[in-house]
Amino acid sequence: MSVVGTGGRPRGVRSRAGEQAGGPAGPLTMAIESVTHRYGERVVLQSVDLELSERRIGVVGANGSGKSTLARLLNGLVVPTEGRVLVDGLDTRTHGPAVRRRVGFVFTDPDAQIVMPTVAEDVAFSLRRTGLSRAETAERVAAALDRFGLAGHADHPAHLLSGGQKQLLALTSVLVTEPDVLVCDEPTTLLDARNTRQVAALLDDLPQQVVLVTHDLDLVAGFDRVVVVDEGRVVADAAPGVALAAYRELVG
Amino acid sequence: MILGSYVPGTSVLHRAPVWLKLLVLCALMVGLFWFRSPVTVLCGAALVLVGCSVSGVGVLEVGTRLRPMLWFLVPLTVLQGVWVGPVRAVVLVGSLLVAVGLATLVTLTTREQDLLDAVVAATRPLRPIGVDPERVALVLALTVRSIPVVAALATQVQQARKARGAERSARAFAVPLLVRTVRHADRLGEALQARGVDDG
Ligand SMILES: Nc1ncnc2c1ncn2[C@@H]1O[C@H](COP(=O)(O)OP(=O)(O)OP(=O)(O)O)[C@@H](O)[C@H]1O
Ligand SMILES: [Mg+2]
Repeated sequence: MSVVGTGGRPRGVRSRAGEQAGGPAGPLTMAIESVTHRYGERVVLQSVDLELSERRIGVVGANGSGKSTLARLLNGLVVPTEGRVLVDGLDTRTHGPAVRRRVGFVFTDPDAQIVMPTVAEDVAFSLRRTGLSRAETAERVAAALDRFGLAGHADHPAHLLSGGQKQLLALTSVLVTEPDVLVCDEPTTLLDARNTRQVAALLDDLPQQVVLVTHDLDLVAGFDRVVVVDEGRVVADAAPGVALAAYRELVG
Repeated sequence: MILGSYVPGTSVLHRAPVWLKLLVLCALMVGLFWFRSPVTVLCGAALVLVGCSVSGVGVLEVGTRLRPMLWFLVPLTVLQGVWVGPVRAVVLVGSLLVAVGLATLVTLTTREQDLLDAVVAATRPLRPIGVDPERVALVLALTVRSIPVVAALATQVQQARKARGAERSARAFAVPLLVRTVRHADRLGEALQARGVDDG
């Protein structure tokens, strides 16, 4: 797998209409500061401190260790019970909408993520508040579908797509808004080997900063940084070689 | 399923404006049930057939969608036949079939987005009394989208039930399906939030 993370490749087209034209040119910083999170009595994240600014960041850990909760902190889907999360200086507690415009999120199950009946409509749904005209929206949607190999399915009902194509559609619908960061929570868990490789290659090529939660250690082997979570704590945080070795030892 | 099944095409039916299609549909339905005569039913049936071939949708496509109606149309025909006589029974049931056939043609040749836009436009006058047209359209779209998803969940549950040899247990069907549907709804809500639905 190619190591895209280190290339310092120029960032992609950043033509977000009318918004902070002079935004950060490099990866932005996501700061998780003294975060503890509880669901009821249960502590799922305990005193987590992370400053994430690499272009490719992996998050691994056992089932129930708190990875998904950690990922959801980054776009304000989860607001921590203690501590705070700053994305590009914006607190997720008070600036949720602005944070979500910068941070796109891809879930494991594309069926839950595709909210519109047909393929093109779902992508267009992401652009509904951008003030683009119908024609402009249609153009952007067509370009995005083309880029991810879904152009031939534009008018198809989403439920007729294969699992891999559904995940591509979910990715397309997130990326069409041109977020700065893409957080993916096990995006390949439901896919077969071939589709996993396709999605991995696609993530590899993105100009965006990527935070990838996965159980597939190969996917993050070429990343800039890997965070290992165990029972709600960060137990390793280093380059993939070191961090993955620590994780393998942990799970025995 | 009548919804969630747009058949792409470029026919007159596909290109006609949604409001016109809905208006004509309404007019035809009123006509059908106003006159309720063998002639109108036959004309209506002819119209459905013409629509099928003009739009390229095909009689078969519409036919399969009407088939589930047989479950209540057959008993209805029998009952009506006893009550009001065979001719009027056939006319009534024929009118129903034609009406649903026409409606199916409209949905098959109209993109859901366009239908939803029409609904938004129609509910816009209700904004002053607190109806949010965008929200109405979103709920409708989510419903259309959720039909195949929940149907797939039902199939999964059905297969799991078979695999465990509990084929006849209604509980072994209803309970897991409910659990999965609620979990799906949870995830859907989360995804909507992530895509900025409540962010104004
Ligand atoms: N909404 C919730 N309400 C209550 N408990 C929750 C909720 N979400 C997660 N949990 C609990 O928090 C803990 C951490 O969950 P999380 O989903 O973050 O783990 P994970 O590392 O993503 O696991 P997996 O690898 O299985 O996806 C788990 O014990 C889980 O049961
Ligand atoms: Mg998880």
